[in-house]
Amino acid sequence: MADSIFTHSYLLLFLPLVSFVFIGLWMARKYPKMSGEVATLMAALNTIYSIGLATAYYRQVLSHPDLFPNRTLLCFDLAWLNFSPNLTANLGIYLDPISVMMVVVITIISLMVNIYSIGYMKDDPAFGRFFALLALFTFSMLGLVVSSNILQMFVFWELVGVSSYSLIGFWYQKPSAVAASKKAFIVTRFADAFFLIGILTVSFQAQSFDFQILNLPKTIALLNHTILLGGMQVNLLTVATLLIFAGGWGKSAMFPLHIWLPDAMEGPTPVSSIIHSATMVVAGVFLTARMFPLFSEAASTMALIQFIGAFTAIFAAIIAITQRDIKRILAFSTLSQLGYMLFSLGVAKIAMAGDSAPNLNSLGYSAAMYHVFTHAFFKCMLFLGAGSLIHAVHSNDLMAMGGLKKMMPKTYWSILAACLAIAGIFPFSGFWSKDAILLAALQSGHYVTFSVGLVTGGLTAFYMFRFFFLAFHGKARSKQHDVHEDPWMTFPIVVLTIPTLGAGLLEHFFTKEVIASSLSYAEHFAHPAWLPIVASLVGFSGIGLAWTFYGHGNTEKAEEWRKRFEPVYLLIQNKFYIDEIYLFITHKIIFQGIGTPVKWVDRNIVDGVMNLCGTALHLGSKAVRLAQNGQLQLYLGVTVIGLTALLFLGR
Amino acid sequence: MTLSHFIVLSLMLCAIGVHGVLTRRNLIGILLSVEVILNGANLNFAAFAHFRASDPTAGAIFPIFVMAVSACEMAVALAIIISMYRRKRRLDVYRLEELNG
Repeated sequence: MADSIFTHSYLLLFLPLVSFVFIGLWMARKYPKMSGEVATLMAALNTIYSIGLATAYYRQVLSHPDLFPNRTLLCFDLAWLNFSPNLTANLGIYLDPISVMMVVVITIISLMVNIYSIGYMKDDPAFGRFFALLALFTFSMLGLVVSSNILQMFVFWELVGVSSYSLIGFWYQKPSAVAASKKAFIVTRFADAFFLIGILTVSFQAQSFDFQILNLPKTIALLNHTILLGGMQVNLLTVATLLIFAGGWGKSAMFPLHIWLPDAMEGPTPVSSIIHSATMVVAGVFLTARMFPLFSEAASTMALIQFIGAFTAIFAAIIAITQRDIKRILAFSTLSQLGYMLFSLGVAKIAMAGDSAPNLNSLGYSAAMYHVFTHAFFKCMLFLGAGSLIHAVHSNDLMAMGGLKKMMPKTYWSILAACLAIAGIFPFSGFWSKDAILLAALQSGHYVTFSVGLVTGGLTAFYMFRFFFLAFHGKARSKQHDVHEDPWMTFPIVVLTIPTLGAGLLEHFFTKEVIASSLSYAEHFAHPAWLPIVASLVGFSGIGLAWTFYGHGNTEKAEEWRKRFEPVYLLIQNKFYIDEIYLFITHKIIFQGIGTPVKWVDRNIVDGVMNLCGTALHLGSKAVRLAQNGQLQLYLGVTVIGLTALLFLGR
Repeated sequence: MTLSHFIVLSLMLCAIGVHGVLTRRNLIGILLSVEVILNGANLNFAAFAHFRASDPTAGAIFPIFVMAVSACEMAVALAIIISMYRRKRRLDVYRLEELNG
């Protein structure tokens, strides 16, 4: 039984793909109203299957460390592209602790989002298309996490990009949605170009695409030498890992490539939910984790990952404080949480076989993965809740809400749980994963990163509760009176409170099971008892501050403070003008400064030469055409004279 | 009668044919003139085969081939000319100049 579940592991990808093709090609047109139910049914089947797969994996692989010392299982493998006898790209399904975890999370989130969308997209004319694209998105992301080799991962990586493009621009009648989808695609694609170069570099050196081989100490040894690049001596391992990380940089929207993520809010809210919780944006974190043994040997890359993660965490948290669009608050919150995951990976270190480095700290790795896990559920629920609020008051603006507690009690309590979780309050799931991340930063001796993480925790608590109080407490600022909760939409929100409350219990399991080797960190570093207390205090002070400012649902006190720091406030509210800087660079420098002269040269000189050749030929042919008058006897006469001439010349 | 007589005769036939091809305005006339040129050539073949070749039959077969092939050509050419006449109601080559460039 358990073996056949591994043999048929392709079903995991097959079900959403069938759902996409079936709904997209046929059902969306014939029976659009039914496609939501069909998509949900398929997602449910896939969820059941993935949970079965995870259980089998746990029973068969994790429980038999003697049979599977690496805790990995390649349960489906098919030769796909044969570049040369010793370089083949396979199509495979590769199960290890992190991919199994991701599969379970993605399928559950996808199921919840599907159920929610039946209610949320009810009146949309393109109801069927939405579910087809959602299935495609799920398919791409599942393919990404179970890929056995980096080339296959890249294929699905791009598929994720394409499906997110079509989902962000789902309402293509809106020019802003089209612009947002283009921005998301171009920015991530820009990063993917570097990713592809990185793949080629690493695979060329290792003569393989398989993750199992790429992560071997042998590959690291092959890569770890100095090369001359643009007149500079650089380490090839550093360059290659940086190039690969660039892909994750764009997909996970780390600073300064974060600009597409807030704009991606133009898509329908369920899309934002799935992009932000289990898919797309965690792909970068996942990629870093997947290639972790390789990355952890490149000290500069790890330092950069740590820096970028920590910076983005606090940067996004600061911006989130000033935003008024609730979805944008959540988008910046996602950025901030992804920053947590990345800096946690950045401080981690895994000892390779036979190597016992003194600063061994695998906790960062498992903590990052654990945070991916807990974050997925509460962030998904926050977005779904935000969607319900938007549905209720027909506005994204925080200032148009308020007083929704009485009208939407189920949403209220669920979102309260999610806000407490993201703020890191005991015993909600976020408390455990954030605590683990902070502990990892502290143990690795990166005190700056640790304090950034701590401060960001306080900011997170503040902006989440600002959102919470302004939306639910105080007087209603909206004119909508027929606010109600749609059961299709409320159900997933309520269901998601279960992992939000209970995922904390899995902490031990994660730190024990997600890391393949090296459980020795527990002996090396004791868990300082003050850390959870300090972290909770910071979280509570954030909530307290939010309560004093916005607790009664009014904004007078905050207004006062805003006036006092007007220029700073404006700077933050406008996201530090980074979009404007990008626009300046692209429009003023690239388009006008470089593009216009290049265009002139192309239009006038390059095209001119080509047109000249064409004109000369045209004129020549005109001259030749004069001799062709259609007079048969002239032709014959010329032929006779010509033949006679040839006769005499031949003599 | 020597070979020279035949060569002169065939030359004359050929020249008459060429003159006819170049000067006749009627397409049928041009077709007939082509036949005359071919006949001049045939005569040449036959004469050389008779006077010079060790095996005269080999030379005699050639004119027969030429005649057979030219008969086929004529059939095709006549078909074209007839259809052209049906369309244009005239066979004056000076007027038929659709094939100019």
